[in-house]
Amino acid sequence: MFNNLKKLISLVFATVLLTSISSTSFAVDKLHFIIGGGAGGGWDGTARGTGEALTKAGFLKSASYENMSGGGGGKALSYIINSKPEGTVLVQSTPLVLRSITRHKGYVKGSGVLSYKDVKPIAGVIGDYGAIAVAKNSPYKNFKDVVDAYKKNPKSVKMAGGSVRGSMDHLIGALAFQEAGANPNDVVYVPYDAGGKALAGLLSGETQILSTGLGEVMGARDQVRIIGITAPKRVGDAPEVPTLKEQGYDVQFVNWRGFFAPKSMPSSDVKKIEKMLGDVQKTPEWEAVRKRNAWVNIYNPGRKFDSFLKGQTKEMTKLMKKLGVI
Amino acid sequence: MIEGILIGLQTALSFKNLLMVMIGCFSGTIIGMLPGLGPMTAIALMIPITYGFDPSTGLILMAGVYYGAVFGGSTSSILINAPGVPGTVATSFDGYPMAQQGKAGKALAIAAYSSFAGGTISAIFLLIAAPSLSLVSLSFRSPDYFGLMILGLTAVAAFSSKGNFLKAMMMVVLGLMLASVGQDTLSDIPRFTFDNMNLSDGISFVLVVMATFAMSEALTIIFKANDPTKAAKQISLSQLGSIKLDKDETKKMVTTIPRSSVLGFIIGVLPGAGATIASFLAYGMERNFVNDEEKQKFGKGSVNGIAAPETANNAACSGSFVPLLTLGIPGSGTTAVMLGALLGFGIQPGPRLYQTNPEIFWSVIMSMYIGMVVLLILNLPLIPYIARVLATPRTFLIPLILFFSLTGVYLMSFNNFDIYMMIGIAVVATILRLYDFPMPPLILAFVLGGLMEENLRRSLLISDGSWSFMWDRPLTIVIMLTIIFIVGWQIYKSFFKKKL
Repeated sequence: MFNNLKKLISLVFATVLLTSISSTSFAVDKLHFIIGGGAGGGWDGTARGTGEALTKAGFLKSASYENMSGGGGGKALSYIINSKPEGTVLVQSTPLVLRSITRHKGYVKGSGVLSYKDVKPIAGVIGDYGAIAVAKNSPYKNFKDVVDAYKKNPKSVKMAGGSVRGSMDHLIGALAFQEAGANPNDVVYVPYDAGGKALAGLLSGETQILSTGLGEVMGARDQVRIIGITAPKRVGDAPEVPTLKEQGYDVQFVNWRGFFAPKSMPSSDVKKIEKMLGDVQKTPEWEAVRKRNAWVNIYNPGRKFDSFLKGQTKEMTKLMKKLGVI
Repeated sequence: MIEGILIGLQTALSFKNLLMVMIGCFSGTIIGMLPGLGPMTAIALMIPITYGFDPSTGLILMAGVYYGAVFGGSTSSILINAPGVPGTVATSFDGYPMAQQGKAGKALAIAAYSSFAGGTISAIFLLIAAPSLSLVSLSFRSPDYFGLMILGLTAVAAFSSKGNFLKAMMMVVLGLMLASVGQDTLSDIPRFTFDNMNLSDGISFVLVVMATFAMSEALTIIFKANDPTKAAKQISLSQLGSIKLDKDETKKMVTTIPRSSVLGFIIGVLPGAGATIASFLAYGMERNFVNDEEKQKFGKGSVNGIAAPETANNAACSGSFVPLLTLGIPGSGTTAVMLGALLGFGIQPGPRLYQTNPEIFWSVIMSMYIGMVVLLILNLPLIPYIARVLATPRTFLIPLILFFSLTGVYLMSFNNFDIYMMIGIAVVATILRLYDFPMPPLILAFVLGGLMEENLRRSLLISDGSWSFMWDRPLTIVIMLTIIFIVGWQIYKSFFKKKL
């Protein structure tokens, strides 16, 4: 009898203990964001903005951030892969795919390349479409004008972009020219080291077109004319801007930004964060953050995200081979 | 515009914003004065504090920290030859020698008056010209930038006056070599990274400045323990001397300030060039403007040599707000940090800020005038007390400099590797210093090297490999002719003098 009571008590304790353990391991109420770049960059804004919306809307009790720059984000990626920190997610974007393809220094480990396959993709949350813009006073009114001028004299159209050859900015323009039947390798691409500088280059007249992210040129619409974006349909924030698709060039490209977890994170936690990232997009707190950053919601969770990454890798590998950057 | 000014004044004069200007200027002065902590770190530290402020208040605080740091940076440049801020490196060339002559108070006063004048004059430029100035800066193309960078490098001549021309040129080459480390900005190919991920983003500018100035200066002091200047140095720290200027000195400043303000402001407006380049250019330009007698004094405590860079770096601070506010293009590393902070406030700086948020636009400009007055008060009557921060005994000062430079660099990147690299560069710089190699040419070449290469290659890419971009446009021709004139003038003068 006495023994039974003892057993009962220990059973009760064990149950209480077990539930308390499981509740701490299954409820995700704290997240640590690893940011592969310095303060003020795109990754930084995405992580901090998302964290802010998640805490303000009550999905998380607290969010913390850690900037870990180096190797173009490669350092943070290998940290996530090798150290497998708990309760931690990594913010990344299209460069994760591109830099794996180009075997960018920071993404090369021994003989292999680090890629999205070494981490668990949680979800893509926001995106930015590519845009092709010209100066307000440019003779080019649409993308066809640009293509015509290019066909007459390939050297007469110089394309500016806010990053190096083989970067997103370069690929957006190259995709559009490829779709128009031109050899993307013949298009002169003029790299600048920031989107703002590329915009200044376009306005100074040293380049004729600018190929970059839509968000980069949205604020400058009174000085530039956006002659085509790589979205499937026109976007709400800029309804007057035509897509390339409606002009007969079926080019679609989205620069996604999303979150990744270390392989060690339990699937149930990944699912919870994935759901949280989707649910938060319906809250006014998120809308406030989204609006001030001019983000486009592209909630792209789990397996869908995974196959999207696979598709993008394939398409971009093909294009980059053609461009001779790999 | 009048309406905008009134809105701006109203916002800037609110109690909270006035308080912020004062707090910003004060903390900026202290941080800028401490070697190792520059405006970038100071502003970065303010970002978490300003969360939850309304955008104008936050921006006013950060602007106060910015020009406060540039003001304060001159104090440490002059007193201990350890510029806290890259933009005041040029101030140390003449400010430090003057301080060693026991005229530290005078040097500080010249710096404070020049900073005040430069800041105020260019804030007027900003007010009048901001809306239209974006057009001027936008007409600059890559070849023009390339020309401007070369123009900046000709200032190296200014540092080789002691017959150290060969050593100065060697340091230029070393600076260019350091600048080429990291990912090539045009084709993404890593250069000189030795397969080390920490090197792939290049060597940070702050790191090189801290290592070659703050740290190696501190280490050199240790090595030169029995140096006779030590006594002079201690005196100059505790007894600053009179801050009164005589008639002759005032006259010199009156001629220097207007031209340096204009130059500084224009350089500040240009995207990519900031207070550092402005101060070097102004120093070099001033040396070419003054008469031979004054030129001999350059590097040995010239009034013009302090006034020119101090005016120009403050003018450039105001100037760099033009591309930031009107185009959303940061003109320098510091304004890049501010751009990030602005985006955090939900403000997208750009051509439309002027229309969508006039109160931000104008209140920042208006707060600059208030800030300048606050800084003049802080830096003139109060400077003997504030400079006590620096009048710390050597045994405290050296560890403090080392501590702040190391933490300053670490706070920017949170990367241990940077610490090791910094120590390595500092050791090499110390050895070079002991053999009388001048450090300024290295910094100048390091700043301009990357930009120069980038703009040259871009120019060549745009002109399909032809060098004709050098004379294709009037603006480029003017810049190139200026360079030829300056170099030619130097050669002509050296020949002329030999004949005499």
